[in-house]
Amino acid sequence: MESKTSMARVEFTRHLYTYFPALEGETVEVDAETIADVVQEMEKRAPGFAFYVCDERGRLRPHVNVFIGEERIADRVGLTDRVDASSRIFILQALSGG
Amino acid sequence: MQKQILVGTRKGTFIFDREPSGWTPRLAGHAGVGSNFVARNPHDGSLWALLGHGHWGAKVSRSDDGGKTWRDAAQVMYPEGARYIDGWVPGVSAGDGKTPTYKDATLLQLWCIAFGAPGSIYIGTIPGGLFESHDGGESFALNRPLWNHDSRGGDLFAGEGTGKTHWFGTPAAGSSGEFAPGLHSIEVDPRDPNHLYVAVSTAGVLESKDGGKSWHGANAGLINDHLPNPTAEWGHDAHFIALCPAQPDHVWQQNHTGVFYSSDAAKSWTRVSDKDQGVHFGFPVAVDPERGDTAWVVPGRSDDQRMAIDGALFVARTEDGGKSWTQLREGLPQSNAWDVVLRHALGNAGDALAFGSTTGNLYVSEDRGDHWACVANNLPPIYSVRFG
Repeated sequence: MESKTSMARVEFTRHLYTYFPALEGETVEVDAETIADVVQEMEKRAPGFAFYVCDERGRLRPHVNVFIGEERIADRVGLTDRVDASSRIFILQALSGG
Repeated sequence: MQKQILVGTRKGTFIFDREPSGWTPRLAGHAGVGSNFVARNPHDGSLWALLGHGHWGAKVSRSDDGGKTWRDAAQVMYPEGARYIDGWVPGVSAGDGKTPTYKDATLLQLWCIAFGAPGSIYIGTIPGGLFESHDGGESFALNRPLWNHDSRGGDLFAGEGTGKTHWFGTPAAGSSGEFAPGLHSIEVDPRDPNHLYVAVSTAGVLESKDGGKSWHGANAGLINDHLPNPTAEWGHDAHFIALCPAQPDHVWQQNHTGVFYSSDAAKSWTRVSDKDQGVHFGFPVAVDPERGDTAWVVPGRSDDQRMAIDGALFVARTEDGGKSWTQLREGLPQSNAWDVVLRHALGNAGDALAFGSTTGNLYVSEDRGDHWACVANNLPPIYSVRFG
């Protein structure tokens, strides 16, 4: 995909490429105002993605973290944290498990 | 002769193939991912695995090439408005415990899968849901008559219901931080695909005779020694139920409070534990495919230990409806064996039986349990064992 500098860039934990190999090597940029928009956009590009990072109610799963820049998002329930064209968004797994 | 054993473990899906040299395991998929239940759809040969990703939630996975490749199937999701009444736990639940707490349902765990008429697939979940597909698994929907059952407070889509639930939680939900009920057993009557049983920890057995449009309790004769009224209609901790395919009126149940048997299609249950033979507590039960009076259990030492009795592992078999039990120990470890066998981890087909333990051992018998062989030692904790 051609890079458009007016869009927020989304980066992922490598773990997610295992389940969505089509994203591998892609520079992912989305037109979004909130993190909820980002998830919705990702679902369009990689069907099933939203249910990996969120539950049925759209809430972030307990062991998933989303950062805007270096800040963890505040609203894990409604994903209303705002993003803009300069945002770098990181979707990561929390350090948990065994 | 059986050719494959499907094994779900805490760290992936394994398939054992019968080779000339013996049963040979291979990691068949989902490396590192919890695989709660693996089974083959007898109608089309597809393989189904119910997964619990540590980070990414519960997912249904299917393989149409015998386990070479897997893909996410249609997913199980609770519909908007699906709620349940929380079994209030101090320090865990919201509220004060005096007024009912309603929770929005989200999928915590996929727990069991069963295949009905061609095209029909059923999945049991935590919290306490039965999901059904009648298009071969292209879509799943919550069975609402069961979800809205009076025993759990009525239709909470429409309102506040009665405010009372008789469905309590299962510790199996614990990893999610909740104490929610779990639906772990689904049986479809081979004579009539509209005749269904499900079993729930902790509520009991429910039966439908109209394809899931209505449900009623089937708990007469069960005895829960942990209740003020041991024969109450609800509150029974069925660990697993299984019916005899050739004689479907014969239904077996390993319960928290003993082994129960019904020869009248679960109209009444009789406790057939034999504590002298160690037969009482356990999780799985398997029924002979032809003879309804013949069943196997893997006993554990009561609910305060829940592991092999005195460090010596055995399977118990009855061939007379639970009147007498025989301990089968040949080929099983008889010292320092502390195996725990979970409810889905005993499978059978024909004369063959196999079971796996949370210590990663898989044992197989091909002569109805008379002789056993350990065919793997270092698997991840085993959740399910089914012949494929």
